[in-house]
Amino acid sequence: MNSNLVLEVDRLSGQQIGLCYHCHKCTAGCPVVDAMQYGPDLLLRMVALGRDDAIFKSRDIWLCVGCYTCATRCPNGINIAATMDGLRQISLARGYAAGERDALLFHRLFMGVVKRFGRSHEAFMLGLFKILSKVPLMNDIPAGIGLFVRGKVPLLPARITASAQVRQIFQRSKK
Amino acid sequence: MNYSYYPGCSLHSTGLEYGLSTRAVFKHLGLGLTELDGWNCCGASSAHVFDHNLALALPAQTLSLAQAFDRDLVIPCAACYNRLKGADMAMRNDAATRSQLESMLGFQYTGSVAVRPVLAVLAEDVGVKRIAEETRHPLNGLKVVTYYGCLLVRPPEIAQFDDPDNPQVMAELLRAVGAEVMPWSHATDCCGGSLSLSRSDVVQNLVGKLAERAREAGADTIATACPLCQVNLEMRQTAEPKVPAFYFTELLGLAFGLSDSEKWFSKHLIDPRPVLERVAV
Ligand code: SF4
Ligand code: SF4
Repeated sequence: MNSNLVLEVDRLSGQQIGLCYHCHKCTAGCPVVDAMQYGPDLLLRMVALGRDDAIFKSRDIWLCVGCYTCATRCPNGINIAATMDGLRQISLARGYAAGERDALLFHRLFMGVVKRFGRSHEAFMLGLFKILSKVPLMNDIPAGIGLFVRGKVPLLPARITASAQVRQIFQRSKK
Repeated sequence: MNYSYYPGCSLHSTGLEYGLSTRAVFKHLGLGLTELDGWNCCGASSAHVFDHNLALALPAQTLSLAQAFDRDLVIPCAACYNRLKGADMAMRNDAATRSQLESMLGFQYTGSVAVRPVLAVLAEDVGVKRIAEETRHPLNGLKVVTYYGCLLVRPPEIAQFDDPDNPQVMAELLRAVGAEVMPWSHATDCCGGSLSLSRSDVVQNLVGKLAERAREAGADTIATACPLCQVNLEMRQTAEPKVPAFYFTELLGLAFGLSDSEKWFSKHLIDPRPVLERVAV
């Protein structure tokens, strides 16, 4: 009953999710499972059953923070965090809107800043995120000011453009 | 002893005092840290979301810079350490990945650079005996819990450092400078990492539990080794009284009597000085 999705996730993640026997250990240890709809082990089952649409419409794959608690505990050596990355990549390729819009927005802005400057830049990131996310504008403004007055978020990036090498990395991975 | 140094992006901003205290402690111990010229972001928690190769190429690029020197590469940030070590392991163990990255980046992987967290260098190359000898102001009476978060120890086949469930190295170092390390079971729980901005409710919940458990363990403070954990702990605690979070390097510097320590503490979002005054260290 292997769906095409199993093959796709296995290929992108380098894992064999067919090894999962649903012991539930990954879900039991997942720090963000309370906010998820299904949790990691049920998601893997849904991959096997080819329930693509439900997976990609759920918020779960965007909530995963890549903490590797699941990967460390899985008795079958499955790196579930890597399968979550695979699922996110398929979801984007198929044009789904992320179930956690702002989580994806954060990753996009972060990589956009790295592509531009070669390094991350907090003031830029925070500013763009404040403007573009649906998180209420005033959330985090006090914390942002707190960081600023402590000299922790310089307004100008340390360098103006990414090095040739970093630009080439982004070009060659077509991102 | 001289090391190559990769501070990573956070240590130039939210984790400023982690970088400052790391440099000060190394200098005090007579260890050289040479920042790699032209380093780039490791990709952190975001590159792997989009593309596996991009997530390996960004840290591999920095490794290619480190190869020019015959020195270990020292990394304070847990996330950076994980990404650079992961790229190193991928190139070390998988010929196909190695040749792909080599041609993408135009370099030859030699495998000559050991990628190491600051904690490992202090414990292994300096040792607790010397750390204890350097102590001028023992942190007697300061009760701490050690907090590693995820990426210094997981997944163990990449991190290859300490114990993923019950890590000990940070506790040994802090005990050597006189702190009282309180037992707790949450040293490698997750802080919520990159959800901090988009789902601060989730992070508040995780961090709130950590602070509560730390208080239950009888700790005055949480010692960390990750700038993402530290900023989440300080920014996302809502319950009072808030538990301040130190970088473990700040506590070592304080115990060594380094005069800069005041400057580091003034950068915290939760002022840790009242705790230090209370126990008079
Ligand atoms: S821990 Fe591994 S085997 Fe158990 S349910 Fe999760 S993925 Fe499946
Ligand atoms: S890596 Fe993702 S799925 Fe696995 S335990 Fe952590 S948050 Fe949950």
